[in-house]
Amino acid sequence: MTFEIILQAIVSGLMMGLIYALIAAGLSLIFGLMNIVNFAHGEHLMLSMFSSFWLWQLLGLDPLFSIPITIVLMAFCGVLTHYLLIRYILKAKMLIQICATFGLSIFIRALAQFLWTPDFRSVNQPLLEGRIEIAGLFIGQPQLFASGVCLLAFALLYLFVSKTETGLALQATAQDREAAEILGIPSNRMFALGWAIGLGCVGVAGGMMTNYFFIFTDVGVNFALFAFVAVALGGFGSIIGCLYAGIIIGLVESLGGLLIDPSFKLLYVFAIYLLIVIYKPQGLFGRY
Amino acid sequence: MEDLLSQARQEPLWNTNRNIVVGLTALSLFLVVFPLFGPGPFYLHLMIMIFMYAVMSQSWNVIAGLSGQISLGHGAFFGIGAYASSYLYVQYAVSPWLGILAGMFFAAIIAIAIGIPMLRLSGHYFAIATLLIGISIQVIFQRWEMVGAASGLWIPLTEESSWTALQFHDSKMPYYYVFLGFFVVTYLLVWRLSSSKIGFRLRAVRDDPQAASSLGIDISKYKIIAYAISAVIMAPMGSLFAQYILIVDPERMFNLEISIMVLLMTVLGGIGNIWGPLLGVAILIPLSEYTRIYFGGTGSAVDLILYGLILMLICVFRPDGLISLFPKRWLEREKQR
Repeated sequence: MTFEIILQAIVSGLMMGLIYALIAAGLSLIFGLMNIVNFAHGEHLMLSMFSSFWLWQLLGLDPLFSIPITIVLMAFCGVLTHYLLIRYILKAKMLIQICATFGLSIFIRALAQFLWTPDFRSVNQPLLEGRIEIAGLFIGQPQLFASGVCLLAFALLYLFVSKTETGLALQATAQDREAAEILGIPSNRMFALGWAIGLGCVGVAGGMMTNYFFIFTDVGVNFALFAFVAVALGGFGSIIGCLYAGIIIGLVESLGGLLIDPSFKLLYVFAIYLLIVIYKPQGLFGRY
Repeated sequence: MEDLLSQARQEPLWNTNRNIVVGLTALSLFLVVFPLFGPGPFYLHLMIMIFMYAVMSQSWNVIAGLSGQISLGHGAFFGIGAYASSYLYVQYAVSPWLGILAGMFFAAIIAIAIGIPMLRLSGHYFAIATLLIGISIQVIFQRWEMVGAASGLWIPLTEESSWTALQFHDSKMPYYYVFLGFFVVTYLLVWRLSSSKIGFRLRAVRDDPQAASSLGIDISKYKIIAYAISAVIMAPMGSLFAQYILIVDPERMFNLEISIMVLLMTVLGGIGNIWGPLLGVAILIPLSEYTRIYFGGTGSAVDLILYGLILMLICVFRPDGLISLFPKRWLEREKQR
């Protein structure tokens, strides 16, 4: 095993990690805002990939250009999720909240399987494909592009949440729903906004992954699991924490696969989760 | 204070309520003589599935309803039971009856091993961890050569039906009675448990962990006990199901659908109530078998669409489950005199 192979694994782990991070950021935002874990997060990712795929298949729109449409569609889906389901279980017991979003995940996945069959699909000849060589390392173009967009999305998300008035209102609602309402911040609308942004992040990730991933109905399962781990690792509700956590997970996955055994990738990531939640339950960068 | 007391009295435990006693006696008589009426194999199969899932959902009810922890990967213990008894039978020709005991033992050991680090976690963290564990165990069994990796184990057929090998080739009737036996014993035991000291302590831990701990209840110890009991209830069903279909493979035995079903049935019927799981199972198993007939196998996923929808509707409209639709006086204890 040469140094180049390890370096290669680090680079691809880094690029995968950024995707995990962005997916986790959406999850973390929703969790931090209303203390509800979206167990259907992976299915939302799957939906965004299918949205991007169908736009390509039916309208001939390259996944590169359909990203804005996918974001809007996913944001709308988030608002819908809030008003049709989440709104009713805000005050329910945690057990019921978990069951409700778990039910949503079963429902979306089964419906997708019913409508589109469990076949694997992929986009033929997207604009971005192939790889480039940088200093002896081979880097996939779509992956590289996706990493750039992920970082950009993170920067925008961070600026939005910490600098704009709406973002501050969002944070206020997250900290104390009732106090925020007294100050005239409509919490229900803030929640809907949180869902829209959270699933919008997933839309960005899904839209770019369509370029280099197979699209099938179970695609979201593992990504959602990794996102859960990333959120726990980064500290619930911390956006920057998600970024670091996603990268750590990507690196562990790729290096563990290279150095030990690729068929147990999930177990390495799971081991991190256990270590973190047992020894540092507030996460590495948690606010609490 | 008075409020809390009357609330506690109303909590449906076993009771001397005449309606329930009469109803249960009639039901058990009916279940014992049911096969004698000569129902076709389909109805026997339906009843066997009802018994099996009733026990499995009750197992989930013990951890979720009694101790308040959500396990999203409970199917793992089902698979462990199935693999334990089948492996012992295939390799060493150990009777599945002993295999069932071995399965319960392994399930308990694994539950305790998982429980010690994890049950200190609460709520979401535990739910996510169980989801990860369920999938990890499936991954391990898919790669584990000793137990046949992805292709699994085939249980060698005996020439004739045999009670020691727990295989019946001519009729489903013996299976019916075996599953019925486990069903009755499990429900009796869980009822005893829920009105025992452990049961009350578990409920205290679920409702108010801080108060429970200030009364000297060791929270994590009781959560681990509940988890282990729940695993021990689940494992024999895996062993029996393996004997019923005579093949054990990771796709089937560790299927996420098992974990989904037990959760759904319990929540549908009424979580934390001993009769809840039974009610949920009695509704969902016929529904699932009939959708399978009308819409073909699970490939089309119609049954899963329904499950997801039902789960969401229940959570929104009836978080206490369908059992809360019954008039309270049927279920609660008669007034203390």
